Amino acid sequence: MDPRAKFMVIMVIFAISLLFTNILVLLVVFLAQLPLIWLAKSMRRWAASMKGGLILALLIFVMNYLTGSTLTHSLAMTVRFMALLSSFSIFFMTTSPDDLGLAMEQAHVPYTLCFTFTTAVRLVPTMAVDAQTVVDAQRSRGLELDKGNLLKRIRNYIPILIPLIVSAIRRSVELAEALESRGFNVTAKRQSLVVLRMKPSDYFAVLAALVSLSLAVWASLYAQLPQVELPLELPRIWQILGPCWSK
Amino acid sequence: MPIIEIKDLSFSYSGTSRRSLNSINLEVEKGEFVVVTGPSGCGKTTLCRCLNGLVPNFYTGELTGEISVCGLDVQKQTTSAMSQHVGFVFQDPENQLFCLTVERDVAFGPENMGFPREEIRRRVDWALKVTGTEALKDRAPYELSGGQQQRIAIASVLAMQPKIIVLDEPTSFLDPKSSQEILEVVARLNRELGVTVFLVEHRLDLATRHSNRIVVLDKGAVALDGPPEEVYGEQAQLIGIGVPKVPLLFHMLKQDGIDVRETPVTVEEGIKQLRRIISD
Amino acid sequence: MIVVEDLHFAYPNGNQVLHGVDLNIQDGEFIAIMGENGAGKTTLVKTFNGLLKPNQGRVLIDNIDTKKTSVAALAREVGLVFQNPDHQLFCETVRDEVAYSLRNFGYPSDVIEKRVKGMLETLDLTPYVDSSPFMLSGGERKRVALASVLVWNPKHMVLDEPTIGQDYQQKDRLRNFIIQLNTQGKTVVMVTHDVEFVAECKPRVILLSQGKIIGDGTAEEILTDKDLSTRASLLQPQIALLFSAIEGLPRGIIDVYSARLVINNTLRGSK
Repeated sequence: MDPRAKFMVIMVIFAISLLFTNILVLLVVFLAQLPLIWLAKSMRRWAASMKGGLILALLIFVMNYLTGSTLTHSLAMTVRFMALLSSFSIFFMTTSPDDLGLAMEQAHVPYTLCFTFTTAVRLVPTMAVDAQTVVDAQRSRGLELDKGNLLKRIRNYIPILIPLIVSAIRRSVELAEALESRGFNVTAKRQSLVVLRMKPSDYFAVLAALVSLSLAVWASLYAQLPQVELPLELPRIWQILGPCWSK
Repeated sequence: MPIIEIKDLSFSYSGTSRRSLNSINLEVEKGEFVVVTGPSGCGKTTLCRCLNGLVPNFYTGELTGEISVCGLDVQKQTTSAMSQHVGFVFQDPENQLFCLTVERDVAFGPENMGFPREEIRRRVDWALKVTGTEALKDRAPYELSGGQQQRIAIASVLAMQPKIIVLDEPTSFLDPKSSQEILEVVARLNRELGVTVFLVEHRLDLATRHSNRIVVLDKGAVALDGPPEEVYGEQAQLIGIGVPKVPLLFHMLKQDGIDVRETPVTVEEGIKQLRRIISD
Repeated sequence: MIVVEDLHFAYPNGNQVLHGVDLNIQDGEFIAIMGENGAGKTTLVKTFNGLLKPNQGRVLIDNIDTKKTSVAALAREVGLVFQNPDHQLFCETVRDEVAYSLRNFGYPSDVIEKRVKGMLETLDLTPYVDSSPFMLSGGERKRVALASVLVWNPKHMVLDEPTIGQDYQQKDRLRNFIIQLNTQGKTVVMVTHDVEFVAECKPRVILLSQGKIIGDGTAEEILTDKDLSTRASLLQPQIALLFSAIEGLPRGIIDVYSARLVINNTLRGSK
């Protein structure tokens, strides 16, 4: 799917999530993404990134509840967060950095910026290998990264950072040389070999997203949405602590 | 007219008074395969940089003398303009591949030139075919082995269809087998497409078989320039280059008074000569 | 002594590199580990100082099991010099760079002072003592890296691709230096592709291919073995190729000087 169309869809999901505080609507928005994930065959990776956001989600729930919101509302906020996190995860999981770079180029972002982005991504695995080698080399000279107090441990990273930085600088100079030698010219007109083309399915998706957005805006302003209030009331923290204090 | 004409070229990098190049005089004809070598610091890399304009545009300093490549005065051209005539392959394969797929890396040069899309496509497919790397088209450069990366680097340079390819110690980071393969690719380009090759190498044992001209630089000047059988002698040893073992051996045998007619430069020639010497 | 027993190792990403390596290196031996890219050479030597721990099998350095010991402790016995000096240089002066490891190991300052001075002299680096390591040439940086490991006098020295980026004269000096180290009693293990360099040093050669040892013998034996060389994607030395093609010549000649001697003798003999 064209990354630009994808981006529009994600933006719509984002907007819809922010429009509502109704837990039922938010749950729908969240669950509606599941078939998309299943289609993209990224269930496992999605689950992993959701797991990562669990702590933050819990924090949001607790913060909301402690500051006086109802249980339902706190849950709703949590679901909203999950829906937002989920939508962005989907976008980044299903879009290669290459496609992102291309989308940026075609969106008339200045070529230098696009190139900086893709080169940075391209260099990540290379620098990761470098980093491991530097750690190995310094450990072989007696550097112990897991010993000492906090201050010492921070200082122990200097022998790792400096070679990495120097290595990065050297790499940049060599890259620049190679770029110059291949005619990299910021001012001249540039033609791209690969071009992103929106397919009919992409247009359809964008249209569907925009229609959903309009419906959502209308619903948030005028519709009577089914409300749910969970009758459960978890004991508030002062209700737990209160008796402890007085004891 | 020679495709490379260098007269009295001298250069010192900004901030140093030491001359990296000391009155170089050199001519290269179209279609030649020249191997350039010399001890560390002799100016080999600096000379390469002069050929495509990196000196003096990227590496500033004091440049005197004349240098003309493909009929153009390099000192008056931008590196960008020179890139269509001179392709440069660097030592470290990783740092000359910047895109996320091989195909885009090879397309990079022509894209910069603003050629129409079909032209770019044509050039990319051709460059991949000539270097035997079509199968790697959609791979990410960092996943490839050093040898594969260098092949892609050559393809990227070829896509500009230069008349000269300059290679600065391309086999430094490669194992012997990949080194051999890369040099084969370059030799084929020279033989079949008539591309002029300017190869800086330490690995003379692998490079010699493809060339009939060795240039030895020492302290920024041309010390020796001729066919391998002439160059691989006493003086080369004194300057300190890695003369391949077979010519070295026969040079020593000649000194021992043995009747060596033409000094063999490859193993095959050496075998023939040795057979002859022993059976006589 | 370095003892490797049934060593299996796979990287966390699942890449199984070593498939059961058994090796015995006596004190004071001179070894070259050779093999194609990806054969596991660097992986193997990284198990010697504990950077990598065996998944199966064990590595014993002077009877100490590397699985139970820290890298810092093992590093005192096994000095590993990496291929690219830029992966370790970080100090403001060459003096600090060379002293770094001694500080890590807790040597007193006066000892550090003396040792650093001595090491710089040995490697012709005294003029650069107060220079920034980053300002030195490639060859000089390699020597600084070597000095910074040698300075704590480890019993066993491991060099990963010491000849890369060196010109002929530098390689010559390196060869003499390595041989000198070995003569002084140090175990020297070098991982290398450079067949001609090995032919001139004549160490014991261990040939690795696809994570297993396929050859172990003198340089003369291994480098003249066409089969083994093909299996390990090794290019045989030119002299070896030359001699193996001619009937009647003695086997095991791999360097120029021996070749010259043999040919002269053969010709004199036939007269």
